[in-house]
Amino acid sequence: MATFSVHVTIENKPGISDPEGETILNDLVLKGTHKIVSKIKTAKMLKFTIEEKDKKTAKIKVQEICDELRIYNPMVSKVTIDVFDA
Amino acid sequence: MKVGVVVFPGSNCDRDMYHVLTDVFNLDAQYFWHEKSLPKNIDAVILPGGFSYGDRLRAGVIAAHSPIIKDVQKLADKGIPILGVCNGFQILVESGLLPGVLLKNESLNFMCEWTDLIVENNQTPFTNQFKLNEKIPIPIANGEGRYYVDDDVLKQLKKKNQIVFRYSKIVNGSSNRIAGVCNESGNVVGMMPHPERAVESEINPIDSKPSSKIFESLLVKMGVNN
Repeated sequence: MATFSVHVTIENKPGISDPEGETILNDLVLKGTHKIVSKIKTAKMLKFTIEEKDKKTAKIKVQEICDELRIYNPMVSKVTIDVFDA
Repeated sequence: MKVGVVVFPGSNCDRDMYHVLTDVFNLDAQYFWHEKSLPKNIDAVILPGGFSYGDRLRAGVIAAHSPIIKDVQKLADKGIPILGVCNGFQILVESGLLPGVLLKNESLNFMCEWTDLIVENNQTPFTNQFKLNEKIPIPIANGEGRYYVDDDVLKQLKKKNQIVFRYSKIVNGSSNRIAGVCNESGNVVGMMPHPERAVESEINPIDSKPSSKIFESLLVKMGVNN
């Protein structure tokens, strides 16, 4: 068994408005000189520390936890899961 | 009849609700801590407003896993009237008892103001004393009150008459200006505004106090003469 850090990023699905991201883009970034930025999306990240035999299993386990406990609401949110050595 | 008021860690409208049920409408109400069971012979259950678990992760989602929710589900399946107000509504959607989800208000602000509701369904245990399209002045107080469903679900809600209340104007970006919905059977109702804050003349500037009809509807449904 090894210890892994599993990062769960929860963000709105496309089509669900993200007024905070839009405000950061339009009223902060684009009011400066950073015209190359076209989109900003806010997200929430949870960092799980988990004991598992390998990265693949750790990712599957955390996905199961997120689905079972509705860590994210599948109606409006999607998750991206990344696994790192702790 | 006995009405249960469920208390979660962070509920803060439970006492207001209990006061209104007992002192204003002379009902037999009882608090139930979220880790306890609900009696099988209870006549109605109310999930009050507040900030269960400090709105951590997402408003209502942690409370939706409380042990008492299994009992609420069983009672809902039996047709017992269940009302969720504000955080109680958020808990009902997060537990799957009601469709949809409540997102942060479009403004990202906590909104605390009086607004007007329109009654869209007067067939539920909490709305049977209203006229259809009746206007209800009522206070809101929430940060995550923007009701959202996708277009397909919205069509189903309309078809099955599950939209109970709509805001009379755009308030927070809710889909179709929805402020309250019910389940397909109509016995489980959730609403973001606070009727318990609008049924007494001391705190309601409007003489008619139409929010009283939410509680009077329950009395009529249960056949209670107060």
